[in-house]
Amino acid sequence: MKPAPFTYHRAASLEQAVALLAQGGGDTAVLSGGQSLGPMMNLRAARPSQLVDIGRLEALRGISVAEGHVRIGALSTHAAIEDGAVSGPLGRVLARVAAGIAYRAVRNAGTIGGSLAHADPAADWPAALLALDARIHLRGPGGDRAVAIDAFLAGAFETAKAADEVIVAVDVPALGPTARFGYVKFCRKPGEFAEALGAVLYDPGSAQARVVVGATGSRARRLPAAEAGLAAGLSPAAADIAALLAPVLGNPSALVLKRQTAAVHRALQEVLTDA
Amino acid sequence: MSHKGIGASIPRKEDERFLKGRGEYVGDLFRPGLLEVAFVRSPHAHARILGITRPIKGIVYTAADLAAVPPIRAQINLPGYRATEQPILADRKVLFVGQSVAMCLAKSRALAEDLSEEVGVDYEELPPVLDVADALRPDAPRLHEDRPDNLLSVLNAEAPIDAIAAAAPVHVTRHYTNARQAMAPLEGRAILAEWNDRADQLVVHVGHQNPHVFRAALAIALNLEERRIRIIAPDIGGGFGYKAPAYPEEIAVCWAAMKLHRPVRWIEDRFEHLTAGASAREISGTVHAHADAEGRILALDVDFAVNIGAYSFWPHTGAFEAVQAIGIIPGPYRIRHYRARSKTVLTNKPPQTPYRAVARPAACFMMELTIDAVARAVGKEPHEVRALNLVSAAEMPYASITGKLYDSGDYPASLRSALSAIDLPAWRLKQAAPRADGRAIGVGIAMYTEHTGISTNTFGTMGIALMPGYEQANARLTPDGDIEVAMGVQNHGQGMETTMAQVASEVLGIDPGRVRLLHGDTGLTPYSTGTYASRAMVMNGGAVAAACERLAERMRPLAAHLMQCAAHEVGFSGGRATGPGGATVGFGEIGRLWYKTPNELPPGVDPAGLDVTAGYRPEDDRGAFSYSTHVAVVAVDRDFGSVEILDYVVADDCGTRVNPMIVDGQVLGGTAQGIGTALYEECLFDASGQPKSVTLADYILPGPTEIPAIRLLPTETPSPKTRFGIKGVGEGGAIAPAPALLNAINDALRADGVELGAAPATPDRILAAIEIARGARAGAAP
Repeated sequence: MKPAPFTYHRAASLEQAVALLAQGGGDTAVLSGGQSLGPMMNLRAARPSQLVDIGRLEALRGISVAEGHVRIGALSTHAAIEDGAVSGPLGRVLARVAAGIAYRAVRNAGTIGGSLAHADPAADWPAALLALDARIHLRGPGGDRAVAIDAFLAGAFETAKAADEVIVAVDVPALGPTARFGYVKFCRKPGEFAEALGAVLYDPGSAQARVVVGATGSRARRLPAAEAGLAAGLSPAAADIAALLAPVLGNPSALVLKRQTAAVHRALQEVLTDA
Repeated sequence: MSHKGIGASIPRKEDERFLKGRGEYVGDLFRPGLLEVAFVRSPHAHARILGITRPIKGIVYTAADLAAVPPIRAQINLPGYRATEQPILADRKVLFVGQSVAMCLAKSRALAEDLSEEVGVDYEELPPVLDVADALRPDAPRLHEDRPDNLLSVLNAEAPIDAIAAAAPVHVTRHYTNARQAMAPLEGRAILAEWNDRADQLVVHVGHQNPHVFRAALAIALNLEERRIRIIAPDIGGGFGYKAPAYPEEIAVCWAAMKLHRPVRWIEDRFEHLTAGASAREISGTVHAHADAEGRILALDVDFAVNIGAYSFWPHTGAFEAVQAIGIIPGPYRIRHYRARSKTVLTNKPPQTPYRAVARPAACFMMELTIDAVARAVGKEPHEVRALNLVSAAEMPYASITGKLYDSGDYPASLRSALSAIDLPAWRLKQAAPRADGRAIGVGIAMYTEHTGISTNTFGTMGIALMPGYEQANARLTPDGDIEVAMGVQNHGQGMETTMAQVASEVLGIDPGRVRLLHGDTGLTPYSTGTYASRAMVMNGGAVAAACERLAERMRPLAAHLMQCAAHEVGFSGGRATGPGGATVGFGEIGRLWYKTPNELPPGVDPAGLDVTAGYRPEDDRGAFSYSTHVAVVAVDRDFGSVEILDYVVADDCGTRVNPMIVDGQVLGGTAQGIGTALYEECLFDASGQPKSVTLADYILPGPTEIPAIRLLPTETPSPKTRFGIKGVGEGGAIAPAPALLNAINDALRADGVELGAAPATPDRILAAIEIARGARAGAAP
């Protein structure tokens, strides 16, 4: 379990990182926290010929509050978010999600940008940030662009990020005083990959409702019909959720459907019973 | 000095280095010119090797290079057993994914892995046989073409039980399966071999539980005299049986070190361990219990199969699992009519080797789930049926139907103790009330009696290469008055550097801190078959005591001379020799007299000196039987299929406890591993024999968040057979969790009509069982 030979570059600037990626072609990987890429390289399942280490780039660090949203630098670790790097109600929601990611040792090194770029179907951030309506800021050779997370997530380990782009930051809308967040993840034990994941944002004040299923085997998905019901303050029955999930999950097995239904249903119960 | 001998919970001496990260493992060693090894491993479960292409540059060896090294061949005197021949590197065929085909050596492991990618192996794929039923089909592909079928051995305990069975009013039949597991020690296998010209020896540092036995394996493989091999087992990151056999990779490394006259090392990594080392616990069986209307088991009829994998390992052989299981399936119960039939079956999986408690977890699983099934059939609480069938204290010593002699104990008291701690009536009330979270509550019990200190009497007729006999220890007084004890077993987590010092303290009255233990080195210690079978404390405890007593006899006339008294008046206490009238003399004085000023010695002293070897074997060595009751309370989530352990009690009796704190650690550690067997651990293979659980992301081990606060209720019933009344305890904890937890899950899901018989009880298995039961009820409805 030692990686195949590769060339290591430590990027001195964001511009240099993008340039190295553009020159390297598809065979170059970005190294951030290394918590997914490292094991994959050790197993020789990933064999990039070049690594561009963005871990020291100041431009990707920091958390700032702007009008209506919080900007989270891509290099922010799960541990920092768990420990309250983001303040206020949104910070508490993000801290809860972060605290459930893998183990503390992984959270100390793993980053929010790395998790989004890796786009593991079972990961927490893609589903949670889809429920929170985040936007992803990217830097490429052509400059900056921002992509809504719904458009950013493409599939299992696939995103709208081009091979020569780097995630710079994530914008997450601030939460209103009446907003509630429900989050239910099923996995064999802490640190294991999620086998079912429901994430729900509900703000009765603004009638905002987002219902997300994660751990789908592909990308996290919203459930618009459930969102419409939730916006009206309705609590759907488990059977109705199952009916909504079945097409989204693509002919799931009975066990998968049962678990995903329970995860979404319980996440919905969480936001509705608090009311 | 406060009492630090037998019975004192003193801190472990070895923890000083472990807790500071200063242990010395094979991976910590440095040697100039060291070469690291990576193996080229088979990607196929069953294939013929058509050809191997070597890289142009680099050190690569294949079976052709090792032509002089004989295959591993393990013998056992059982009718119906035929040994397999396991090549050190596969030559004509590969029989499991991960089997070593070539070895590559380079200055680093990464470079060796690069080199391994340049080796080309041309395979002709053959259909694999993975499970027992497939392997036993008449037209099944044969793994070993010189054999008539895929049976390694057949072992039956026949008895005329049919008439009694037929007359019994209650009949229960259940099928059980235990998944294949990996042992997953923190440190995998590890070996560094080098030739030492000064000693004219192959010196091998290896993570091994049985250094002297491993030396014998190398002597056979390398055609080398045993005096020219020295095995040193340094600190080991967990053994659990995984480091008891002789593996082909280890032999290959030693061969290469001799061939190249350079130090060579191989460290098994996690991927290798979870693929090629996926090797324990896969046993399935059917039990027919025939009982009276009260639940007394009148006859037990068992038929089981061991999926042993591709080869029979050295030294115990693959047949040993069936031997162990057949002997102990009746457990602590008074079963007088018993028939057991077993097949040990060769399949295209890694060779199965002994894991903590060997086949006894599967034996206990079959028996304990059957007890619960009988309880359901007669409409009683499971504990009531157990109480009805348990051997009582008054019946001890009890000769079991399989010829074992249960030496001592009070099994019903163990059951009562565990039950009263769990407060069953309170849980029954909670179980009946609906819960806010919708989870189902269940309580499960499992009991066992464990044959520990397995010795000559048990192994004697089997004729295997590992034959325990009289265990020896060496004890000597250092010139400055401390004690050095040498023993041939190896300490890898048992705390023996502490407990054996406590035995010396018990005999000589010396502080254990002044007793240094030497172990795990064939160059420094008396012969021993090693650390396995929960035997070291029983056997070496006796040997260390015998050696210290013999040493005391040698010290006594010297102390008497110093105190000017008669030798018979000399005692030992507080780290000093004592004489009449309050006279004392320190061990340092005795050491000075013997080693440094022998001119002061009186004439006629024994010239043999203060360095003695003595031995031990129990007068009756049929074994000392530890026993235990585990009770688990669980909550089962019917949507996710997950299980939370709400309470867990272990009432354990291992006779005299030399260090109760260390015994607690053994029981807790074993129970944690057993919880892995019960709920988490499973080596999965796809239909082509590809392992699917190849990293710790998909082979799930219980961690701190999965292990509840286990409550221990120890008792001590000393064995009348052994020195100090010690019984073994190393393996026991791992035996009962799977049946206790499965019984608890089945209790929780009784209203759902669920009765699981397969471990681990994964969320998928639990949910599937709930769905099947729901379907069955729907189908049965009018």
